[in-house]
Amino acid sequence: MPIINDILFTEEEMHGNALAKALSMSANDIVIEIRESGLKGRGGAGFPTGTKWMLAMAAVSEKKFVICNADEGEPGTFKDRVLLTEYPKIVFEGIVIGGYAIGAQKGFLYLRGEYRYMLKQLETYLEQMRKENRLGNNILGSGFNFDIEIRLGSGAYVCGEETALVESLEGHRGEARNRPPFPVNTGYLGYPTIVNNVETFANASVIISKGGEWYSQYGTNKSKGTKLLSVSGDCQKPGVYEVPFGITIKELLQLVEASDTKAVQIGGASGFCIPKTEFDRKIAFEDVATGGSIIVFNESRDMLHILKNFMEFFVEESCGQCVPCRIGNVKLLEGVEKIEHGQCSFAYLNELIELGKSMQIASKCGLGQSSPNSFISIINNFEDEIFSKR
Amino acid sequence: MDIDKTSSRAPVSQKPLTVAKSEPSDLGGLVEVEINGKPYKVQMGKTILEACKENNIHIPTLCYHEDLCLAGVCRICVVEIEGMRTLASSCTYPITNKLKILTTSERVRKARRHILDLILSEHYGECYSCHRNGNCELQTLAKEYGVDYYRFGHITERRHQVDRSSYAVVRDMDKCILCKRCVRTCIDLQEVGVLEATRRGDKTTISTFFDKPLLDVICINCGQCINRCPTAALRANDPSDDIWRAIDDPTKHVVIQTAPSPRAAIGEEFGLPPGTSLTGQMNTALRMIGFDRVFDTNFTADLTIMEEGTELLLRLKKALVDGDKDVKLPQLTSCSPGWIKFIEHFYPEHLDYLSTCKSPQQMFGPLIKTFYAQESNINPADIVTVAVMPCSAKKFECNRPEMNASGYKDVDYGLTTRELAQMIKEAGLYLPDLPPSDFDEPFGNASGAGLIFGATGGVMEAALRTAYEIVTGREVPFTNLEITPCRGFEGVKQASVKLENVKPEWSFLEGVDLNFMIAHGTANAKKVMEALIRGELNNIHFIEIMACPGGCIGGGGQPIPTSPEIRKKRAEAIYKEDGELPIRKSHDNPHIKYIYEKFLTDGPCGHKSHELLHTHYVKRGKYID
Repeated sequence: MPIINDILFTEEEMHGNALAKALSMSANDIVIEIRESGLKGRGGAGFPTGTKWMLAMAAVSEKKFVICNADEGEPGTFKDRVLLTEYPKIVFEGIVIGGYAIGAQKGFLYLRGEYRYMLKQLETYLEQMRKENRLGNNILGSGFNFDIEIRLGSGAYVCGEETALVESLEGHRGEARNRPPFPVNTGYLGYPTIVNNVETFANASVIISKGGEWYSQYGTNKSKGTKLLSVSGDCQKPGVYEVPFGITIKELLQLVEASDTKAVQIGGASGFCIPKTEFDRKIAFEDVATGGSIIVFNESRDMLHILKNFMEFFVEESCGQCVPCRIGNVKLLEGVEKIEHGQCSFAYLNELIELGKSMQIASKCGLGQSSPNSFISIINNFEDEIFSKR
Repeated sequence: MDIDKTSSRAPVSQKPLTVAKSEPSDLGGLVEVEINGKPYKVQMGKTILEACKENNIHIPTLCYHEDLCLAGVCRICVVEIEGMRTLASSCTYPITNKLKILTTSERVRKARRHILDLILSEHYGECYSCHRNGNCELQTLAKEYGVDYYRFGHITERRHQVDRSSYAVVRDMDKCILCKRCVRTCIDLQEVGVLEATRRGDKTTISTFFDKPLLDVICINCGQCINRCPTAALRANDPSDDIWRAIDDPTKHVVIQTAPSPRAAIGEEFGLPPGTSLTGQMNTALRMIGFDRVFDTNFTADLTIMEEGTELLLRLKKALVDGDKDVKLPQLTSCSPGWIKFIEHFYPEHLDYLSTCKSPQQMFGPLIKTFYAQESNINPADIVTVAVMPCSAKKFECNRPEMNASGYKDVDYGLTTRELAQMIKEAGLYLPDLPPSDFDEPFGNASGAGLIFGATGGVMEAALRTAYEIVTGREVPFTNLEITPCRGFEGVKQASVKLENVKPEWSFLEGVDLNFMIAHGTANAKKVMEALIRGELNNIHFIEIMACPGGCIGGGGQPIPTSPEIRKKRAEAIYKEDGELPIRKSHDNPHIKYIYEKFLTDGPCGHKSHELLHTHYVKRGKYID
């Protein structure tokens, strides 16, 4: 199933020539091109990719590494799956380009454990790349050596967080590291490492092929390019959509033929629940940011039930190392259960919202920092509905 | 010799931070920071916590510990940095550029209180029924933050069984706050690796291999985890109820021996600063509690020197004169039961390097139940021997099945410094106020050489004081008998003493450089063993190894907390007391001369001493059925 409404990726996969072009450029020029494009990380956090690559390029080290984060674990996201199966060229060549830019010889694809079924297909593709000299020694005669190894995750959501991913890759328990230092100077095995999302690498291919300036015509001022959205839930046409940044939720809902929509969960369980009244908001880093997960809820859905589902997910998926996330999520879930049974006072609910705010700023990694998002946004936006039903 | 080849098994993330390599020119420079509105100059690369400590700005901590690599998991030390969306854990955040830091802003205080409330909601039990009541970091924080109710509830039922399987360490995971200090102690400080976090989310627990009882994993009983646990999740296996029972039983003759390190540290349990020696006061307290005799383990430390020194000289003779290829050198010390269990698990093929001497504690046991029983005309079956030790591994050691040379269990109970302090308090005594008194005959007061066994390097120093004099007939050539290369806290120390103008019977040692090494902490022991296996230590004759950082003064039975500074103070107290003693060499101890004349009549390493004072080891390996 390819991308619906595709703008850049299909063309690039079919006809692009990013790798050859990149290898004819200097590493510095590649990084400048990526910076000029305004590309921001597509995993959701939106760190400027050019800056990340520049930092890793500048780091002095005998070894460097590139990691492609394919631990696509956010509930409701499945766009990396489509990229990997339907658009492997732009993804893997993007990884090689990243390696060339920062001066790495080795790349990893950290593949979500549940995507094991793709492994054979991806390995076959890498083998083909090696045969075509797009991977291996002296790639396309450029003198650049680079290879990619696929490693499987084991099903932990937290390993999508870049430093937990690196820990996992090193063979340790998947737990986020303290930052700083950041992976760009202390990453895999302590070496400078860039960790980027699958979609980020695909975009890098597009940018090198077509130029950063051309690329930046898409999107908004602060969010350049297009975004892949995995749309699921109450709509007629679920699937992976490529849309320019800045599309409003209303426009998106028309595109996917959703009707009677009550709310849209943007950014998965760790994202925000946007109510009908805010459907004019834009999907962009400066407004509603997302790694790609869009879940549509129609009027028949019980928002508390949805919230409970999310909180159960976080209680299960917290890595358990830091206090705010490990215990905080349990308390939020218990709060939801109290509401369910009509046993939660408003005072205690406010206490929990305050707790959520502390979790957002005091947790060690993005998991705990974002897990209260849905709790706070659903309670705030749907308090009347939730309490009127009980 | 490259002693640093082995590396820690701790993840990179928990290692101390390295400042980015691209800015080496900035290293060592000062960075201007603003903390709570005031300007400070801070060394580049120091953490925010360190910077605040230096400037007397208090930041609460739980998972942070001076001795350990970083975790950053409790989050109680969070601070606000201007321009950052989230708070930062001050214990892990290195200062590399100008920062504006707030340590007590509203967001910070709220977050800390929330974290504290969350921890308390999962922390089982009540303070007054807790082993660490009054010395618990969580309790202190709760008080500091004025916690007067459980905002997010409080767990009322146990979720874990208490693991009492180990002779040394009791694990109560319901008290655990998952700070991972024990994990970091075990895997990084000691490089044993018995404990690790397992499962995830709210099911996360600190676990042993396959959740086996502690007795059935490769725990070396060093108790370093106990010393660093902020709560009572880890504690020593306390035998004091049994000891009280023995004291209260009029048919029992209860004898106690006290090791050198507890006396240098027990004052801390009574609020005195680290490094206050209370030897004489402790003797008085022990008698008032009801012990029938109070002996000094330093006596058997002196005896160990005689036996172990003789053993070394015999090995050297075998190697140098007889050309015996099978004799194992360097000789490794065997006083530290944590180290013994470590080598039995990790290097079972190299046990022959160990001295066969029992530890001073286990030498004393059989002497009490044989020699002392005879001299005092007491039936050994009625004697109960207790050993006050700075050590939790001693509890395991006295229960080793082979430790019955007297025909009875040689040492009935190993009691830690902390547990003794508890008994003294229970007896209604305030230790610092008691009048000092001496040790009992027939073992009397021991030498300073025995005393310094307590600090890393002490056994080596004591051995050299005696061996050098036996071989040359002269005192060791160090001012005031202070063999300074043996002192200090460097992980692995190496030095040598030249033997010249030796006595005729030791002519084979003429001109020989006696090379020795000293290691403390099993991580350092591992480095030494790896070097030994690589064949890099063939020129070394004698190696002292202690399982605990700092040696016995940093033992797993010592007062909590511990830190490099505290251990240094305790060591200073021991060295100071040594300097003041009239007898400072083991072979000068008149009681040692007496026992070789009267009881161990075939001399050091003779038949009788082999029977009572020497032992053998078990090839344990890492797999336990």
